[in-house]
This record gives sequence, structure tokens and C-alpha cells, in this order.
Amino acid sequence: MSENLQSEIKAICQGSGNDRTKMMDIVRAVQEKFGQVSSEAMDIIAKFVNCHRVEVEGIVSFYTFLSKNPKGKVIIRLCNDVVDKMAGVGAVADAFKKELSIDFGQTTTDGKITLEYTPCIGMCDQAPAALINDEVITYLSTDKVKEIVADIKKHYDPSKLKHRLGDGNNADELVHSCVHNGLRKKGPVIFADYKSKAGLKNALAVSPVEIINVVKAARLRGRGGAGFPTGMKWQFTRAAVGEKKFILCNADEGEPGTFKDRVILTERADMLFEGMAIGGYAIGAQAGILYLRGEYAYLIKLLEKILKDRRYKNLLGKDILGKKGFNFDITIQMGAGAYICGEETALISSCEGLRGDPKTRPPFPVQKGYLGYPTAVNNVETLCCATRILEMGAAWFAETGSKGSPGTKLLSVSGDCKQPGVYELPFGIKVKDLLKEVGAEDAQAVLVGGPSGQIIGPNDYNRTICYDDLATGGAVIVFGSERDMVEIATEYMEFFVEENCGYCTPCRVGNVLLKKHLDKILAGKGEPQDLDALQELGESIKTTSRCGLGQTSPNPVLTTLKNFRQSYEKKVKKSPDGMQPTFDIRKALADAEKIANRQSVMFTK
Amino acid sequence: MSKPKIATTSLAGCFGCHMSLLDIDERILKLIELVDFDKSPIDDIKEFTGRCAIGLIEGGCANEDNVHVLQEFRKHCDILVAVGDCAIMGDIPAMRNNIPLKECLEEAYLNGPSIHNPEKVMPNDKELPLCLDRVYPCHEVVKIDYSLPGCPPGADTIWQALVALLNNKPLELPYELIKYD
Ligand SMILES: Cc1cc2nc3c(=O)[nH]c(=O)nc-3n(C[C@H](O)[C@H](O)[C@H](O)COP(=O)(O)O)c2cc1C
Ligand code: SF4
Ligand code: SF4
Repeated sequence: MSENLQSEIKAICQGSGNDRTKMMDIVRAVQEKFGQVSSEAMDIIAKFVNCHRVEVEGIVSFYTFLSKNPKGKVIIRLCNDVVDKMAGVGAVADAFKKELSIDFGQTTTDGKITLEYTPCIGMCDQAPAALINDEVITYLSTDKVKEIVADIKKHYDPSKLKHRLGDGNNADELVHSCVHNGLRKKGPVIFADYKSKAGLKNALAVSPVEIINVVKAARLRGRGGAGFPTGMKWQFTRAAVGEKKFILCNADEGEPGTFKDRVILTERADMLFEGMAIGGYAIGAQAGILYLRGEYAYLIKLLEKILKDRRYKNLLGKDILGKKGFNFDITIQMGAGAYICGEETALISSCEGLRGDPKTRPPFPVQKGYLGYPTAVNNVETLCCATRILEMGAAWFAETGSKGSPGTKLLSVSGDCKQPGVYELPFGIKVKDLLKEVGAEDAQAVLVGGPSGQIIGPNDYNRTICYDDLATGGAVIVFGSERDMVEIATEYMEFFVEENCGYCTPCRVGNVLLKKHLDKILAGKGEPQDLDALQELGESIKTTSRCGLGQTSPNPVLTTLKNFRQSYEKKVKKSPDGMQPTFDIRKALADAEKIANRQSVMFTK
Repeated sequence: MSKPKIATTSLAGCFGCHMSLLDIDERILKLIELVDFDKSPIDDIKEFTGRCAIGLIEGGCANEDNVHVLQEFRKHCDILVAVGDCAIMGDIPAMRNNIPLKECLEEAYLNGPSIHNPEKVMPNDKELPLCLDRVYPCHEVVKIDYSLPGCPPGADTIWQALVALLNNKPLELPYELIKYD
């Protein structure tokens, strides 16, 4: 076994040129082959790529899709995001437990099937959903669980699972997935028909600086959430001094409730790769990396094929479209289940084969990014917008949308609404109008921008979705009248507690403390001062955290405290005697009473 | 008019915070003019004799007696101040919190490198208060009104806080008094 391990890992490392920066690929391959990256495997990897063992271990312990301990051949990861819970994932979870006779976090005694929970997998519009290895299974029900488990036990090969096929490219033999695009509304920018190479041709007819000027004139802003002007980002990267430059596409899409890039990757990958080539030409890069979240592995064969086609058509590769000296190609880097890797500097770390830790800024990625070279990181949708801008012109693009936020925005809508799915709508749309469109006019609350965004109530439904008012990377989650907003805020805090990288104390510890206060309130033991504590602590975390995760993680609490204050106030009451209702002396003494083999005389009841 | 009363106690602390209180030097005479001391190690009064305006708590809760005393303080004092890091967050005694109680006791009484205990007896007199499963900061047991950070907070810090409380004035703590690095 050990010899075998040695030779297999040697081959895997050699396949990646024994290159330490390809660590993600190496550990992913080892995990896939052996169902774990064992202690022994870590030593062997470290030896071949010539790094310290602890670096390998650091990576394995960081990403949820990697594990030191053996996992089953089949890993069922049931999504327990808030939206899935609202869609009844509880019953589905019980069904899995019953059919497999194991609990979550366990592996069947024959070592073949592991059952786990996972945060949002980008399928909120078809919840409850699960990943079974790389396969996505949507619209789960208790009956379906029975069928799936019976089917799996026949062959232990998730790719053989029988299921109906989704629409569009989901039905392509390279994808063969039951995922539906759920594309409810096509707009002029992303989902109108697109003829491959139209944008790239126009781009290559002008100079890089002119491209940047066009993108600036279109006032394109980043679609990943932060809304940074794309033209400026490209200009900075172009201007920065570096032997090489890179353009990275952020397809990590981990913000709960966001699933719009999924549809672009399925239906408009051509347009995306074209945008990367245009960006590459503009900034002077020869290489691009698409960072694809591990959960979207089911799309990789399709994406690889499209890349291959583009190389064949000379839309990638050497002297692209006859433009002498413009060489550009794209590789795909798979993630391994870590929300923080969507943060651009963490994404760069991950591409470099490191733990997905954010980096300290400055230097900004445009100055010193991937491997220390100037790097532009752009969202999937941003790059598609760039392609369309080069095709249709800046003025055409700026006609749609609002003044500060031109163009359209893909909104992925889920939760308590009649028509969940992806909508391409002009920026500046009122929340009220959006709710009408999706069939949720009686919504109690709407979360705009995912948990790092804002939870608003009916008083704010006249506000508009755009960078100057309610910014969003795409997520819109609707909550009906029966939902308890304190409970929802607590669920989202749980997400941030799990997903922060642990580097800085305000975020690592502060979010846990927020969650503790919330749990106390939900248990009916909260006091009015807990609300003040939540406010104060939330604000401190925001101002003292190092990266965007901690700077926004208290938002679910802070925005519900503001907009749903009564829900909190109903749950708290003043302690009459100044004692803490959460302190349980019996529980605190249980161990000692057992060890001493006597009962407390001081506290008899 | 009778003077307001003040009580102090050391729970799971090192008495360092009390030493810091004594560090106010001659101002202790002024303090005596302002207040009477009730239950406190300073005058060795063991039980409360009546209602107190202020209770100063040093140390967190490591055993049942600490809890009992802290609850008594809450019942008898209008204002409770957690003095020092042990009271505020458990601090050094709380380093045992990640180790199961049984292991801690065995290390302390049976297995520690400097232990001589051939009969392997674990102290277990009825008079000994039972340990809690972990060390609790005071605010997890009762409501705490104010916290004075520091290990220990300096004499001037404690003095300023007491004077402000007794005169019902806002507390002004200049940066030097709460700077610890
Ligand atoms: C915790 C965290 C997660 C993020 N996740 C994503 C993501 O999944 N996709 C994305 O495009 N941007 C994400 N971002 C924003 C990126 O850091 C970055 O701003 C963006 O990729 C830049 O591209 P853009 O200018 O085209 O929007 C995230 C930011 C933070 C702080
Ligand atoms: S804010 Fe949170 S996620 Fe960001 S670096 Fe700090 S600990 Fe990591
Ligand atoms: S805070 Fe410091 S000085 Fe005060 S009791 Fe604790 S260890 Fe001693």
C-alpha cells in the first residue's frame, strides 16, 4: 500500500511539474484517488514538491473538500443553507440518516458512503439540493432520497445516478446534470444572443489603452459585489511594473443565495473567456486563470471543451485572430470548498497553492497579485459585460441602468417567492418592482446582497438596487411573513463562524460572540442589554477586521436589529434579580459531583 | 447622613487587584472619609451587614463558593464592578478551560512532576467547595455593571472609578490609565 501510495503520488506531483504553486491540483488529485490526504501522503507530497509538510497539512485542513481522515468513496454533501432549510431540508436530512443508518459527519461502516452538511452550493432556486461527489442533485424530497441511496448502493458511482436532465447546456453530454438554469428573464447585456468573437475582434482592432477608455466610458463597475470601476482596475494593472501580468476570473460564487455565475458558466462561457482575452490584451497579460468553485466541478468538462474550441479557432493561443504578438491562454483552477476564496486576495493565495488566507493590502493585487505579478481579478459577469461593451460600444451599454450603475445586473432570487431564478434586469430597479416580478409582494423581509449585504423590511421596498443604494453581487433572498428574522440572522452568523479564515481576532472570535448572544436570545434568556452588546460588538467587528468578510459579517445582525427591532424586543426581558439566566449551576457542577462522588451542599437544587 | 458602603471580594484571583486598591496609598484615608467598608478582606468582615452601594469583584468563578459569593454580592450591592482581567474574562485561571476537570485535578494532585502523593489521595473533604466545569467570567454568572480592565488595573484607575461612582459623575480615564502595552 505504502509503495503504491508513494508511486501514485510521485506521478501526481510530476504531472504538476513538482511545482509547489500547483498544490491545489496535487492535493485535490490525491484526495480523489485515495479518499483522503493521509499523514503519510502529506509527507510524500512535501518531499516531491520540496516544501515543509506543515504547508501541505495547512492546506488540507483549510479546505472542506480535503480531509486527513478517510472519507467514503461516495460523499453526500447536503446543502443546509437558510434557503434549503426554508425548503424543508430537515426532512431530507432525516431521510438520508435513516436510509444510510448514519448521522451527519459519519461514514458507513463499510467505508463507502460519507454524509455531510455543506453551506450554499449555488442551487438555492432548486432547493433542497446536495452534491454527491461532483454531481448535483436538486429538488430533493424524502422519496427521492430513498431512490438515490438505493441507486448508489448498486454501483457506488455517482456519475451513474439516474436522473432527468436540466435545460440548455445542462443536458449536454459533457455536463449531464439535472440542474436547471432557472433563467427567468434575459436582458440585453448577458443573455441576449451573442456571436462568438464579435467583441474580441473589435478589441484587437484598437490599442489596449483605447479598450480601457471604452470600458471607462461605459462606466462598467465590478459585478462581484464591491462595484470597483473595471476600467480603472485594468488601467492600474496595465500601468503597474511587472515582468508578467495576469487576469483572474472570480467564479467562486460562494455568497449564499448567489447563483447567477452558474448560469453564465453554463450558457455564456464563450463570452466569459472572450472577456478574459479582452482584459488580458488590455492589461498586457498572457495568461488568465478561471478560479472555479469546487461545487461547480460538474461544469468543468464543458468549460475545458469550450477552451479547446477557442484555441482551435485561434481565439486563444498564439497571435490571436492574426494579431501579431498577442498571445493569451486560460487555465482553470478548481477550488475546494471555501467561501473566503471568493475574496480576491484569498483567491490569489489559493491559486498560488496556499491556504485561502486573504493578504494584507496594500500592495493591492493590481500592483502585486498572483505570484507577485500585477493582477486584475474580475467577476464572471463583469468580464461578460466587457465583451458586450466591446461588441456594442460604451454608449449603448450606458443607456441601460441608472446613472451611477450603468448596464444590467443578474439577480439570483430565491426563498419565499413564486418564481425563484435568475433575472437580468436594468440597474436601478425598485425592490418593490422586483418583488412583483418574482411573485413575492407580501414579503416580510428581503436580503439584498447575501448575508454580507442588508436585510430590509417593507419600509425600504421603494429603494433601488444599484451601487449607490442597495448594492448586491446578485443575491436576493425573500422571507415570507412566517419567518423569524432573529433566527435567520443567527443562521447567517453560523455561516460566518464556519467560513472565516481565522486570521484576525475580531472576526474569528467576534462572530462567535455574536452568535452566542443570538442563541441566548433565541433560547428565551436574552435581556435588553444583549441587544446593545450585539450592536456594539457588531460595529467593532466591522471596523477592526482585516478583510471584506469580517467587515460585513455582522450585517445580518445589525440590519435586522435596525429593521426588525420588534422581533428582538419581543424575545428579551430584564432579569428581575440581576442573575444571568444562562448560568446553569447544576451543569457547571455535574463533573465535579461525579469526580468527588458527593453532592454539593452549597447548591442543593 | 450615613456614608455609603462598599464591599470587596477576591474570587478566583491572585489578590493582585486588592493590592492595587491598597496602592492608592494615603488616599485610602480619603476613601475612608467617603465610605464605610462592609464585607471585604480589607477589614475581614465575613458577612454582609446591610445594603452596599458598590461591590468590587476580583477574579472569576472557579468553584461553587465563588458563585455563591458573587450571587450574594449581586443581591446586596447596587453596583457591581468587575475589577481586573480575571473577573472580566477568567484570565489565567481560565487556562484550564480547554482541559477536562478530571484531567486538571489529576495533574494537580496525582501526576504533576512535582507531586509527592504516594497514597494517590485526591482531596475531597466536604468542606472543600466543588470546582466548576470551567472558570466563568463574572458577567456569565450575574449582571455586571462596570468593568475595569487590567492585570491589575492601576491604583489611579481604581481610584478614579470609585470617586466617579461615589460622586455620580461620568468617569474620565485618561489614555495612560487604560494603556497596557
Ligand atoms: C468574503 C468575500 C467573498 C467574495 N466572494 C466573491 C465571489 O464569490 N465572487 C466574486 O466575483 N467576488 C467575490 N468577492 C469580491 C472580490 O473580492 C472582488 O471584489 C471581485 O472578485 C472583483 O471583481 P469585480 O470588480 O469584477 O466585481 C468576495 C469578497 C469577499 C470579501
Ligand atoms: S476578517 Fe475574517 S476572513 Fe478576513 S482575514 Fe480576518 S479572520 Fe480572515
Ligand atoms: S486580574 Fe491580574 S492582578 Fe487581578 S486577580 Fe487576576 S491575575 Fe491577579
